[in-house]
Amino acid sequence: MASKQTVVDSILTTSPSIPSTTVENAALIDIDEGLLMSSNVVHDLKEFRQNTETVLKRISRDATQVLFNSLWQLPVEQVEGNYLITLPEIKMWLPREKPVPKKKPLTKWQEYAKGKGILNKKKSRMVYDEASGEYKPRWGYKRANDDTKQWLIEVPANADPFEDQFAKRQTAKKERVAKNELHRLRNIARAQKVKVPGVGLTPTENPSKDHLSKALAVAHKSTASIGKFTEKLPKEKPSKFTGKKRKFEPSIGNLMKEKEKQLQMLEINAKKIPTIDVTKATNRALREEERSKTQERRPSKKTPKKLRGKKAALGGEKVRKGGGNKKTRGKRRL
Amino acid sequence: MQRIVKPKTQQGRRALEKKEPKIIENTKNTLFFKGGNTSNIVTQVLKEWHLLKKPYATMFSKKNTTRPFEDQSSVEFFTSKADSSLFMFGSHSKKRPNNIVIGRLFDGQVLDMVEFGVDKFISLHEIVGPKSATGIKPCLVFSGEFFEENDENKRIKNLLIDFFRGANAEKISLNGLEHVISVTAVSGQIYIRNYRVLKKKSGTRIPRVELEDMGPSLNLSIRRTRLASDDLFKRALKKAELAKAKKKKNISRDDLGNKLGRIHMSTQNFGKLQARKLKGLKRKPTKSADKDDLAENSSKKQKVDEEMSES
Repeated sequence: MASKQTVVDSILTTSPSIPSTTVENAALIDIDEGLLMSSNVVHDLKEFRQNTETVLKRISRDATQVLFNSLWQLPVEQVEGNYLITLPEIKMWLPREKPVPKKKPLTKWQEYAKGKGILNKKKSRMVYDEASGEYKPRWGYKRANDDTKQWLIEVPANADPFEDQFAKRQTAKKERVAKNELHRLRNIARAQKVKVPGVGLTPTENPSKDHLSKALAVAHKSTASIGKFTEKLPKEKPSKFTGKKRKFEPSIGNLMKEKEKQLQMLEINAKKIPTIDVTKATNRALREEERSKTQERRPSKKTPKKLRGKKAALGGEKVRKGGGNKKTRGKRRL
Repeated sequence: MQRIVKPKTQQGRRALEKKEPKIIENTKNTLFFKGGNTSNIVTQVLKEWHLLKKPYATMFSKKNTTRPFEDQSSVEFFTSKADSSLFMFGSHSKKRPNNIVIGRLFDGQVLDMVEFGVDKFISLHEIVGPKSATGIKPCLVFSGEFFEENDENKRIKNLLIDFFRGANAEKISLNGLEHVISVTAVSGQIYIRNYRVLKKKSGTRIPRVELEDMGPSLNLSIRRTRLASDDLFKRALKKAELAKAKKKKNISRDDLGNKLGRIHMSTQNFGKLQARKLKGLKRKPTKSADKDDLAENSSKKQKVDEEMSES
């Protein structure tokens, strides 16, 4: 056996017919396996000028050989007849194409739900349709309990008998859609911190007295001259929905009065005691109680007992992420 | 960016989603486009690099009278249309003959841009011999101390690597390593060569590498540069906190490495199965309902018979 091995070795080393994979000056060649990149150096400039092409090819060949030597050392897996290697992470820092995505800002409802602890309930996609006795999608084409496909609508007892119930339904739907769109736009404006003017009135199902007086105030101002020439009704009270105009004291006037005012202001500020919003405080207390109860009922799933030990062993040290750190930056080349 | 106008179709929505910033980014696309005047050499260079960079490349074939170094807005517009963040622009003028601009963008704005003059060009078609397959991830060789001389040259090297590196793949096939792009810089001149890899037997598991010219070959000289400020470049380098990858449902692999997919189907109705069509078996449309009933009855009877015999 031993003699055979030596013979093979001698053939491999001595015979020039079998080319080898070793490269001269391999230590000078840098490789970045993640990028499939290798960097060589040009040694002899004089030779390079004389026969550029051959030198270029030789340099590239050596660098590629070194790269292949290290790539073939990586663990190989076979998938459908192909030999796959998993490339290590790229050493070089390359810029991104687009910035790191930011978290989407919460909508007003989402924020409210979060504060209240309201969770989304998953609804099933298929719903039982009583008319056909089958399960049908909750929404969309061929949906269950479709009220747009009804050919007959019963007139409600207290409704106007000559009112078109179909048209009523359609306008109600259109208004709901418009309201939704408005809220969507408002949420976008909120997310971008843009101030948008009020839109006056949005349609509601059951308008209240407040709603009516608000509508009156809006109608009052909806002229080209912003309500300057709108006539008032005989016994009309000033609207509580219009903003107040600021009024200033005359700049030259009673000095005593001014002094009094300033002193009063100072006194108020000195006495100021933080007021307690009772409803807010009680709500918070209630929520806290509820939370503690639920935690008692079941231990939280996020940190199972097995992991706790490991985390403690790590010492709770914060793992550093890429960027920023000068020490790691030094290892990576630009 | 949050859009105000909602996409009207699912397809439109998906197309916009594709363009949005992602945590794990897609391969950078490259846009190839021409200036107002181009020489034969420049168009050929654009065409052949487009060929090598496929399928992550788009070619605009019409002329565009723009000068990227004077006004970047048109570059930003074109690249946003093609959703690409790398570009190669070719033009030809008396002052700058055979001009090529290679650049990249970050967040829709030009980050780095370098202008090259093509001193020598050998086409892919001039060199006889087999070529490597298209869409293959190339190996890169960067040689010469020129690239390490100063920060500007380092950045140029970074740009060229970004431009040539191909798809960002995690796993590659060893058989697929058959293309080498060699970039050598000696005293201001940049020599770009494309080689095909020949894997020879070496007596070991690792093959002996031999290279064969494939083309295109370019000798470039650097003209103007416009590199991003360190501040902006640093911002572009920021890495995202990796999110947990979404688990792919219903796809699994067995021990032999075969890919298995699970599909959910409703139970098949054998009554409606279409067997061979024969004229004699054709039903008459009027009596079809009665016959169905008959068929059902007969099947029921059979079942009863079987049960009887078993008991």
